[in-house]
Amino acid sequence: MAKVTIDGITVEVPDGTTILNAARQIGGEIVPPAMCYYTSLKDSGGKCRVCLVKVTQGSAKDPRPMPKLVASCRTTVADGMVIENISSPEVLEARKGVVEFLLINHPLDCPICDQAGECDLQDLSYEHGLADTRYEFERRTFEKIDIGDKIKLHMTRCILCYRCVLVANQLTEQRVHGVLDRGDRAEISTYIEKAVDNDFSGNMIDVCPVGALTDRTFRFKSRVWFTKPMDAHRNCTKCCGKVVLWTKGNDVLRVTARKDRYGEVSEFICNECRYEHKNLADWVVEGPRHINRHSVISQNHYEKIDLLKLKKEVERQLVFQKGKQLPPANQSTTYSTENGNSQTQTHA
Amino acid sequence: MLTNRSKIVVKKEMNFWERIYLPAIFGGTLITIKHLFKRKATIKFPEVKREVSVVYRGQHVLKRDEHGAERCTACGLCAVACPAEAITMTAAERKKGEEKLYREEKYASVYEINMLRCIFCGLCEEACPKEAIFLTDRIEPSDYTRKSFIFGKDKLVEPVDKRIDVTKRQTPAVLNFKKNKLFSHNR
Repeated sequence: MAKVTIDGITVEVPDGTTILNAARQIGGEIVPPAMCYYTSLKDSGGKCRVCLVKVTQGSAKDPRPMPKLVASCRTTVADGMVIENISSPEVLEARKGVVEFLLINHPLDCPICDQAGECDLQDLSYEHGLADTRYEFERRTFEKIDIGDKIKLHMTRCILCYRCVLVANQLTEQRVHGVLDRGDRAEISTYIEKAVDNDFSGNMIDVCPVGALTDRTFRFKSRVWFTKPMDAHRNCTKCCGKVVLWTKGNDVLRVTARKDRYGEVSEFICNECRYEHKNLADWVVEGPRHINRHSVISQNHYEKIDLLKLKKEVERQLVFQKGKQLPPANQSTTYSTENGNSQTQTHA
Repeated sequence: MLTNRSKIVVKKEMNFWERIYLPAIFGGTLITIKHLFKRKATIKFPEVKREVSVVYRGQHVLKRDEHGAERCTACGLCAVACPAEAITMTAAERKKGEEKLYREEKYASVYEINMLRCIFCGLCEEACPKEAIFLTDRIEPSDYTRKSFIFGKDKLVEPVDKRIDVTKRQTPAVLNFKKNKLFSHNR
């Protein structure tokens, strides 16, 4: 076991845990954002650099600080490590720079993009990004590709997190897509537009942190904040069958896997559940899914707000805004969310 | 006694002139006649129109761009900003050959504003990232049925040959912002 201190909060974690996962055990605002790390995918992380943190004390034995900011998703903890995330201006400045880099080639087509409203990059740039751009050159653009009849690839929006490639590697039998070329020309593609039709290929839509891979059966059907997410399940022989139905009236517009509060899926679903059963009668509906009240999806007012819980959470935030140390987030007061949108939390 | 204008009512018997009421009636008629020669407070509306402020919030318009293509991309921000929930829309994908009709790859195939719900607050105009919807100084026409107040694209989109000028509604700050190169990606 190793004792680490992140932004003044000490937590004990098993050896070999990464800093990011140690921070997630504490929870709340001190968790570094992650665009490429994905718990359920092996070897993910280390690519997007938004989870950079400062290690001010390497370990109890060797208290020297680490010379550079480190990627928290790839750095394992050591006993007595002291880490600064949101309490370090250097980290926030670096994160701002990383977001600017991610946005260099990313188009500003959120009004068209189906991912808008549940997009990790949108949340991240809202918190850390600039309103303007300093980039004066031609942006990298690609033609849209249909990979298979169910998935649309907008390579222009891709931030090369490699999550979808890992999904193809680890979940499906035959990988037919990957990253071609190198450097700023790198692009995700299939070999001569071969269709991706493995049973679990649809999960690459869910793991995509931006709108690069989108569901063609949901394309332009509705903005996510006009749909109502409902937890539902069915008996499926291929997968767990636990999904979220995005409904409008009695129509099921889209089926996705259940994402936790860090936007990660732990139980992947098969293509049959995702595409073939867009009918409420096929599902056992469990009830409305909890959505973080900071998310635009909660604008739909489909769920009663628990005012007492909300009051507790707001009071907790007020303590933080006074410059005092944040009391640890009570697990019952932070909701499991579709996107960990926490705009009002860190910067007051 | 908040205003110091209250009068104490005294009930005393009226005298002869007060009892026949004629002087009071005559006085009242005189006031009425006096008003005949004053400036009228009303205007004859459809023929004469009252001058309104340049930022008056009247009937909406969905703008086209300089080439005549519809600017709206059905992003839904106006509908989510609308406090009266008056706006509904359905999006569709632009097909090949329709580039002159719609500016971007997604467009609103149905766009409806319920003018009976609308409170003309102008939040849709502020939310619009594409400068597609504006409120104008036009006054919406009256009608007999509720159905006719649900304005579809036929009434909202400006005709290609009869553009509606909204430049006066944009403040110098907005126009300057649009010229700024740093924000050129935001077009």
